[in-house]
Amino acid sequence: MTEKKNAAGPQDKQRVTRLVAPGEDLGNLEGHELGHGVIAIDGRIRATKNGRMNVNGNTVSIEPRRTAYVPRPGDLVIGYVEGCTNNIWFVDIGAPFNAILPMSLGPSKADFGGTRSVIDIGEAILCRVQEVEETHSSVVTMKGMGLRKIRSGAVENIDPHLLGRLIGKQGKALRELKEESECRVIVGDNGRLWIDGDFNGTLEVRNRLRSLTAEAKAVTLGGVA
Amino acid sequence: MGYGDVEMIDANGIRKDGRKAGDVRPISIELGVVPVADGSCRMRWGTNDVIAAIYGPMEAHPRKIQRQDRAVLDVRYNMAPFSTSDRIRPGFNRRSREISKVTAEALESVVMLELYPRSKIRVEIEIICAEAGTRCVGLTAASVALAHAGIPMTDLVVSVASGKINDVVVCDLNKAEDNYGEADLPMGVLPNTGELVFLQMDGDLSPEEFQEAWDYNMNAAMVIHEYCVEALKTGRYPQ
Repeated sequence: MTEKKNAAGPQDKQRVTRLVAPGEDLGNLEGHELGHGVIAIDGRIRATKNGRMNVNGNTVSIEPRRTAYVPRPGDLVIGYVEGCTNNIWFVDIGAPFNAILPMSLGPSKADFGGTRSVIDIGEAILCRVQEVEETHSSVVTMKGMGLRKIRSGAVENIDPHLLGRLIGKQGKALRELKEESECRVIVGDNGRLWIDGDFNGTLEVRNRLRSLTAEAKAVTLGGVA
Repeated sequence: MGYGDVEMIDANGIRKDGRKAGDVRPISIELGVVPVADGSCRMRWGTNDVIAAIYGPMEAHPRKIQRQDRAVLDVRYNMAPFSTSDRIRPGFNRRSREISKVTAEALESVVMLELYPRSKIRVEIEIICAEAGTRCVGLTAASVALAHAGIPMTDLVVSVASGKINDVVVCDLNKAEDNYGEADLPMGVLPNTGELVFLQMDGDLSPEEFQEAWDYNMNAAMVIHEYCVEALKTGRYPQ
């Protein structure tokens, strides 16, 4: 276990981390709150995921090694159009289920049956999750500031749980990356990034993403293999 | 030559491969061997060599297999044609269907399927080299691969088989012991709670022999569980 101390305040003094596997006993439930990746069985806290245990204050949670993206309303996501009907697009947002983009929430007006003339299959879009049902079906919208079809640049992927590291505290790390690379970088909550800029800048952002993933996997740096 | 006629254990209790009655064959585990899968595990257990790969959760197709309140586990156990000394005809057969089914049922008791309604989690278990106890290796490898894929689970499943050779109960049968032994008892165990999720028996065991085989399996499962946890934390076992 390691104790992390910095200038962020007293709550970080209680922060401890350790690697855990599913089913591992993490201690007594009493006096603790359950965060992500843990459950309570017979008054004991048990891990349900492979990853790093965080104790922040009295909340016990697990930062998983890998995780599937689960959409939540309000998430900014980058998706690929996988199919369409006369008035609906089906969008792959990296979740277990494709999202639906109805024509009424699309980027512009199109005639009934003219969906492909507006956004064709295979094209990438920047959209926002509007609604998620209990069954994990979701509806996305392109009505909103900055939401558009992606016509230039590149789309890259990283694991959704690494987005926090990429963005940094109050967006500092991301801001620095943008300044260094002179690229427009838009981060989707589903782990997809839109990088728009010149060749060298795009390459720089890609290298940063690659090193971020490698760092997270390096055991020596306290990550999870 | 019949069952029990082949001498497989000597008077000192040493088996043909040099193990004692309670010993397990050497095990090595490697994670992330299939880059395109969401999680994967290669487990070598004696001469057994098994790869388990996990895909999903994804939308379940065809729609008739969807469950409105939970995900379904689609397990496919397959032996490669070159995995045994006699070539195996490729594709599904009665045995692989049975093992796929019992593996899925064992894993369903630990995977938190209710978190992914209408979805499917594909579990592919490929036997590259078969010695004996491939269903146990496949189940254990699949469990580790599921954890590697980040699928929420209440525990790992560790499976191991004990059996009887020359009227002696031994742990973790090898090929000759499996072929010429008198009984075989594969078990799937949840190591953190000691619960049983999978049990089969081939041959006859007296209640005392059954208890002895049970104890061997339980002890071996705890040891193998430590190997699995070590692999999940560092990426491989041994280092």
